[in-house]
Amino acid sequence: MHRKQVRRRRAAVAVLVAISLILLTAYFGESPSSPLHTVQRGLVEVFSPIQSGASALLSPVRDVAGWFSDTFKARSQVKQLRAQVHQLQSQLAQSQYAAAQNAQLTKQVGLDNSNSLAAYKPVGAHLISRDPTLWYATVEVDKGSSDGVHKGDPVTGDGGLVGVVSVVDPNVSVVTLITDHTMAVAAQVEDQAGDTGVLVPAVGNPNQLVLQYLPSTAQVKSDQLVVTVGFKAGQLQDLYPPGIPIGQVSNANYTDLANNGEVQVSPVVDLRHLDAVQILTAPRAGTARAQVP
Amino acid sequence: MTLTSDPLRLSIRLALLAFITVVVQEAAISQISIFGTSAEISVLVVMSVGLLAGSVPGAIMGFSIGLLVDMVLVQTLGVTSLLYIAIGYGAGRLRELRDPGHGLVPMGMGAAATAVAGLGMAVIQFLLGVQSPVSTLLLQQIFITVLVNALIALPVYAAVRRLMLPVLPEDPRRRRRRAYTTGGLSPLRESAQPLSRRPRSAAR
Repeated sequence: MHRKQVRRRRAAVAVLVAISLILLTAYFGESPSSPLHTVQRGLVEVFSPIQSGASALLSPVRDVAGWFSDTFKARSQVKQLRAQVHQLQSQLAQSQYAAAQNAQLTKQVGLDNSNSLAAYKPVGAHLISRDPTLWYATVEVDKGSSDGVHKGDPVTGDGGLVGVVSVVDPNVSVVTLITDHTMAVAAQVEDQAGDTGVLVPAVGNPNQLVLQYLPSTAQVKSDQLVVTVGFKAGQLQDLYPPGIPIGQVSNANYTDLANNGEVQVSPVVDLRHLDAVQILTAPRAGTARAQVP
Repeated sequence: MTLTSDPLRLSIRLALLAFITVVVQEAAISQISIFGTSAEISVLVVMSVGLLAGSVPGAIMGFSIGLLVDMVLVQTLGVTSLLYIAIGYGAGRLRELRDPGHGLVPMGMGAAATAVAGLGMAVIQFLLGVQSPVSTLLLQQIFITVLVNALIALPVYAAVRRLMLPVLPEDPRRRRRRAYTTGGLSPLRESAQPLSRRPRSAAR
């Protein structure tokens, strides 16, 4: 009797482990339009209204918890932010002058602005769930293809780039965050030369980014802003419009810059505390879009 | 393996528990940041089910919650299930082999289960080619999650126990304790009565 129970127990666990391994192998080798992915998307579609409701219902709990952590954090940031405001006010005046001059010159030269931020139509969306793992790679939002969202649409929030839409269903979308290991964004440092590189997540640190392939002579300094490049070459266009802030240079180590051509960048958006985002939906006229590299 | 008198009722409760756990985890708990991480109640629920119901229900619960998490988060299917099966089965085997009675066992088990989940996920992600090997920061975050989960393990265990108690298999220790409190059956109380008040037949 006991032996029979032991055999049955071991068989049950072996079956569960085998199913998990089969699912893992099958899913890993499948294309996004295959049955397992389709079932998964169907379940996401079913779950999204429930999660949306639960998210709204449980928002007071989140708010109370957030209030405590935000209060402690805010107290320590007051001095730093006051100094930053003074600095930014003077920068704003310079930027406004530069923007006016830029608009004037662009018109005179006849530059193509079809991929600028103004060409996109932003769709506001609320987060309904987040990836709880330490890798923190995806979030789900309550807008989908019925709201004009497409796969590959850039997502912004809290004044910076958040990520890109990776899965779209009629009423829900999955956004892959810029800290996911699959992401790479063509980015530019707002220094004198406007040095460009490719921004990727830092290995082993989900809260940090690394701007790679910078020229070794680049004059990058800490606290400089890093924005999207938004290139366009004929039919080929970057996923992201130009000028969206991504992060600030947090560590411009001379050795790393000279030898490896890379600097550390901290995202401007606090990805763990996002409640709402904007999906930049673009009118698609058959233009090919690509991500670098 | 622990048997129950009513497997259907146990299955329904486990399914309900799995569903509620995943919804609450994804919609609320994972959005509350504590020192850069968040609590993971799904691990604690799997551990609690293993401790309360045994290895096979624990493993099944682990598989179900893991699969649901992977489905809802559009992740690679089977990764979380694999880890949670081990956690549910391990907790169940601990109950079956050692039958721990100390009140703080869920706390220790919760911490151990969270550590297994964090490190196991790191290993699986590394094997799947994700460029995020275990760094000092990740170890630090796993440590904080372990601490947070250890703190909330007792209330989570109590909530799961409360939900599952009516369908759990009868525990001999629980039955014995209840028998003493109902009165009349304890031999100590029986012998405390003065002999003079006893009926003659009982005294004999």
